[in-house]
Amino acid sequence: MGIGSRRGRNDCAGRGCRIVCNATVEIGNPGLRLPLAVGENNMPLYAERPPLPSDDKRWRIVNGTMRKHGYSRNALIETLHTVQSSFGFLDEPSIRFVAQSLRVPLSQAYGVVTFYHFFSLKPPGRHTCTICTGTACYIKGSDKLVAQTEKVLHIHPGMTTPDGEVSFTTARCVGACGRAPVALFDGELSGQMEAAELTQQLERWTTQ
Amino acid sequence: MNVEELHEIAAAAQEERAKFDYEINVCMGTGCLSQHSDKVKAAIEKEAAGCEKKCHVRRTGCMGLCAAGPLVLMEPSEMRFGHVHEGDAKAIVASLGGDGAGGLDPRLDPHLGGYFDGQTHVVLENSGHIDPEKIDEYIARGGYEALVKALTDMNPGSVIEQISKSGLRGRGGGGYPTGLKWDTVAKVKGAQKYVICNGDEGDPGAFMDRSVLESDPQRVIEGMAIAAYAIGATKGYIYVRAEYPLAVQRLTVALREARRRGFLGNGICETTFTFDIDIRLGAGAFVCGEETALIASIEGQRGTPRPRPPYPAVSGLWGDPTLINNVETFANVAPIIRHGGEWFSSMGTARSKGTKVFALTGKIQRTGLVEVPMGMTLRQIIFGIGGGVPDGRKFKAVQTGGPSGGCLPEEHLDLSISYDALISAGSMMGSGGMIVMDDTSCMVSVARFFMEFCMTESCGKCVPCRAGTVQMFELLTKITKGEATHRDLDRLTELCEVVGATSLCGLGQTAPNPVLSTLRYFKHEYLAHIDEKRCPAGVCEFSPATVDAHRGEVHA
Repeated sequence: MGIGSRRGRNDCAGRGCRIVCNATVEIGNPGLRLPLAVGENNMPLYAERPPLPSDDKRWRIVNGTMRKHGYSRNALIETLHTVQSSFGFLDEPSIRFVAQSLRVPLSQAYGVVTFYHFFSLKPPGRHTCTICTGTACYIKGSDKLVAQTEKVLHIHPGMTTPDGEVSFTTARCVGACGRAPVALFDGELSGQMEAAELTQQLERWTTQ
Repeated sequence: MNVEELHEIAAAAQEERAKFDYEINVCMGTGCLSQHSDKVKAAIEKEAAGCEKKCHVRRTGCMGLCAAGPLVLMEPSEMRFGHVHEGDAKAIVASLGGDGAGGLDPRLDPHLGGYFDGQTHVVLENSGHIDPEKIDEYIARGGYEALVKALTDMNPGSVIEQISKSGLRGRGGGGYPTGLKWDTVAKVKGAQKYVICNGDEGDPGAFMDRSVLESDPQRVIEGMAIAAYAIGATKGYIYVRAEYPLAVQRLTVALREARRRGFLGNGICETTFTFDIDIRLGAGAFVCGEETALIASIEGQRGTPRPRPPYPAVSGLWGDPTLINNVETFANVAPIIRHGGEWFSSMGTARSKGTKVFALTGKIQRTGLVEVPMGMTLRQIIFGIGGGVPDGRKFKAVQTGGPSGGCLPEEHLDLSISYDALISAGSMMGSGGMIVMDDTSCMVSVARFFMEFCMTESCGKCVPCRAGTVQMFELLTKITKGEATHRDLDRLTELCEVVGATSLCGLGQTAPNPVLSTLRYFKHEYLAHIDEKRCPAGVCEFSPATVDAHRGEVHA
């Protein structure tokens, strides 16, 4: 599949190959059959979808997103968004499930998850503290807020306290530059943040 | 839907408004909501319900002056109040029909320092005046007239002609003539074409697109529908950052409303024109603002750019001809069709027409959104509208164009804003972020900040950007630590040239700009770090060993 062909890029990424054959392959879950190749009209030779990973009702929401997009491979990012908003993060079983359901190679799904900053492979803490490090916030001293949070929580951005209480992340501009510097506590935006106020909020969480 | 029906809807909405003598609009944009404007609205509603004056309280999108939030706009008096608390509800309702702000807490400042004087609102004309989730309020202010006019009175060619005549250029930063782009896509043969709205506003320090999507989403939808008609597309996507949950929510509602009113779907306005729009969420990758990377992301892949040509106009989404424009560009389309291209081109400079929305932030008195005609000077915006630098500090630089732009010093304050003038000064228009810095900002650290941004946001596909940004970041770090030599500075300059000339996409090509512009205007700061181990702004900290070694050299 050359890049020159009209739909080549998509096919290569999505199915790996377009050699017409009837082979299937077992990945991970024994007995699960996935299409190894596609037949005419780009239709997969096998379209069996994997069973839900567990009885958790949230999987139905995930399935709903995929159904809404007709289990199309380009719904990968949308589906991963649904998994993350339902479960809080993406773990291996969930990435496998989405990849198999959408007939996307696991490598591609994992590649997408790790490419985009928004997706997290680690479960979040009970609370999240996000400091915006966009330009406007930087000019107004968000680096000091990051340092202060590191000092209070003893963790770096992208980590969760060992007790699983608070996750600390930084964001590349949340678009509230008029209120810089900005911090988000459990997704709630607080503007014109000062170190003292930040410490107070963090200590409220850590000493509970 | 035809013109008569549209006017009927508008008349009904006007009639609804006429039932009230007064309207109180409360800003419910992200900025004001974070200051609990929802509670302010509830308090005013409660107060208004218990008073005999006929008064309607409305939720609106961003009014612009985020620094003075929560904001309240009174109609018909057009008076605005800032810093409104729940406790002010009574006084505000009581002031209705009076002669202004008499009896109100002076904190509310009805003039807001003249922030709104000197602005010309085209893109933001409805922001703060309509409820973003009510399509009829948009129609009442002339909304969808342009789409109906285009579909019933104009052929695709004449729509493109008006856009070309208007002189509108891409508002995402590149400044490519919009009419030319539309014309190219329209001429390409293809059974399926797409319209994509680029709402991946990754540029840190800019929030124009978020604000437009939150306060007037129908305007963007209408612009996209007109574009689709002009180029012959049937399907559209709006790519929005997942970091903007409120914009996504308002857009979802707006799309549903537009479908309900028959502006999206099959056979729009009793013609054969069919068009619908889907939302695609970004996932936090700055590079996805680049059009080919954005297309890859919509296709469900990693957002990495590919070489152009072929341009998306020829081979875009799934290999089909695709038109990609920025949110603000689409927001300009409906007014152009409504008033004609000549009206639009009467504003602005010779080669940059119309108005531009800027996000004025940083060390400035009044932060927020401003929309001004092209050609206004930086001084007028920063010191006139923005009120200058607070706390008696001295203005040092203004940064425009985000990580792709540059920092302009005081000498350039009288520069008239246009695409070309900013580029010749070593910066660029970008999407419209305008960050003001005072003398407490170290320009080397600022350059390092942007380089760190480009380094972490580089997608890694091409070597110059992937490796070059890391090396430039290391060199800048060395300078801020006082450990650099003149050789490092030469190497940095050389790297800037190489990375700029050889990178695959705009991210890498423009990554050196913040360094180049600070080197051009603030070289003395670089030299102070290198030769004197001193940071003029007092931001960088040097290890005692470095400073001692330097002293030793000097005294030796």
